Amino acid sequence: MPKYMLLQTYAQGEGCDIPLPEWAPADIRAHIQFQHVLNAELTEAGELVEAEGLAGPEAAKTVVADGKGGAVVTDGPFPEGKELLAGYRVVDVESEARALEIATRVSAAPGPEGAPLRVPIEVRQVMSAPEV
Amino acid sequence: MSRPEVEDLVRTLAPQVLAVLVRRSGDFGAAEDATQEALLAAVQHWPAEGIPENPRGWLLQTASRRIIDSFRSDQARRRREDTVAAEPRAADVPDRDDTLTLLFLCAHPSLTSASAIALTLRAVGGLTTAEIASAFLVPETTMAQRISRAKAKIKKSGLAFRMPEADERQASLRSVLHVLYLVFNEGYTSSGGRRLHRTELSAEAIRLARLLHAALPDDGEAAGLLALMLLTDARRPARTGPDGDLIPLADQDRSQWDRSLIREGVALITAALTRDGIGEYRLQAAIAATHDIALRAEDTDWPRVLTLYTRLEALTGNPVVTLNRAIATAMVHGPDAGLAMLAELDDRLPGHHRLAAARAHLLEMAGEREEAIRHYTAAAARTGNTAEQRYLTLRAARLRAGHSTSRSPIGTE
Repeated sequence: MPKYMLLQTYAQGEGCDIPLPEWAPADIRAHIQFQHVLNAELTEAGELVEAEGLAGPEAAKTVVADGKGGAVVTDGPFPEGKELLAGYRVVDVESEARALEIATRVSAAPGPEGAPLRVPIEVRQVMSAPEV
Repeated sequence: MSRPEVEDLVRTLAPQVLAVLVRRSGDFGAAEDATQEALLAAVQHWPAEGIPENPRGWLLQTASRRIIDSFRSDQARRRREDTVAAEPRAADVPDRDDTLTLLFLCAHPSLTSASAIALTLRAVGGLTTAEIASAFLVPETTMAQRISRAKAKIKKSGLAFRMPEADERQASLRSVLHVLYLVFNEGYTSSGGRRLHRTELSAEAIRLARLLHAALPDDGEAAGLLALMLLTDARRPARTGPDGDLIPLADQDRSQWDRSLIREGVALITAALTRDGIGEYRLQAAIAATHDIALRAEDTDWPRVLTLYTRLEALTGNPVVTLNRAIATAMVHGPDAGLAMLAELDDRLPGHHRLAAARAHLLEMAGEREEAIRHYTAAAARTGNTAEQRYLTLRAARLRAGHSTSRSPIGTE
């Protein structure tokens, strides 16, 4: 079965232009609950490989090797970049169609007052490696 | 006997079997592999076929056969096979200190913490590689590699299966305590859907700490560590809400705390504190006990907590302890005194989410709503723990929505 990675950035959805930390507490709860329920369902269906959220970019570092055995380490990238990865799911599914179906649900996660966020979810197939 | 019962029995016997095999073969790595195989075989056969009359003997025999097979397949080791076969049975009598010796070996200071933890859980705890891997959320092959590298390191360092000499005993014991403490924390600070596996890690840490305390009944720190685990674990049922939300100490429903664990922990730490000397685990346990015996958050003896943190800080010099002392200071002398103390930590814990979280709490206490929101948000962005991130985000959101949150804000765990 093919594996797909569903990537989500910090980009706002069509359905909401307020960042999550500024939502009402009940809306934040409902959003988190939605993610839990979805993960539980995908686990139950035997489709979830992993689901991870990333710690904020505020604490991120970027490393570039200097070519002499050392490295240049800089702070960032910084949160201004909306294209930054916020989290991902890897699912192991029958078909691409099923991966897109799951992505649709992820994209429709509830925002303020339960309205679907409509965040963009990038769906990428995970390449299968030859057996080692 | 059900499978879980078999697993419990097998795991209790694991270090005894391993110790005998190591003594007979002189090869820790091979003996450890053979023991693991025997444990797996027992878990596979016993639930259906019944427990053999002498389960320990069965395991020992199975593991011995495996180890002889492995030596046989390795020509260079042929001579040792004779030693294994010829060893008198008298050596099979378990030594009271075997578990302790194994703990010392597996947590040897020359190993990294990650390796020591994995090896301790497998060799002393009798967990399978697959179980350890799943508890630490890494692939099984990665965990297997971590364990085999640890064993290779032990072999290369020429570490023997014996009690450390008196002069190295203290350092070795510190490593053992640290490893068990890390295992416990790994299980305790877990979050979300992974709670199940990770909770078992705390239970395993407590089991191993009990073994350690039983082997060293007069050691104050071994008693202190066990007490700390029990007193912390006692709050587990109240520590998360139905949605997995973290509930800070002040807001926990204390009727859900496990009174029998608290009684046991308090008795342990009380006895340990009357012995000579003091150590970090005893102090931490004393702090946990002070919280646990308060029936309501407002009954907490904060001056005592502050005194204990001050002693702990002097002993460890750890900035996170200073942070907790600042919180205790705020509870005794008001938020401004605590905030002044936190200001000294900016250089020592730069950008640390815990510093931002503590500052946010004290600002909230001081009524500085906007600033508190700002620091909660900063802390949420920097934490690496999902449950903590959710807690901090919600705390900020509630303040923003104009709700007052809890009476006294602090979780000093």
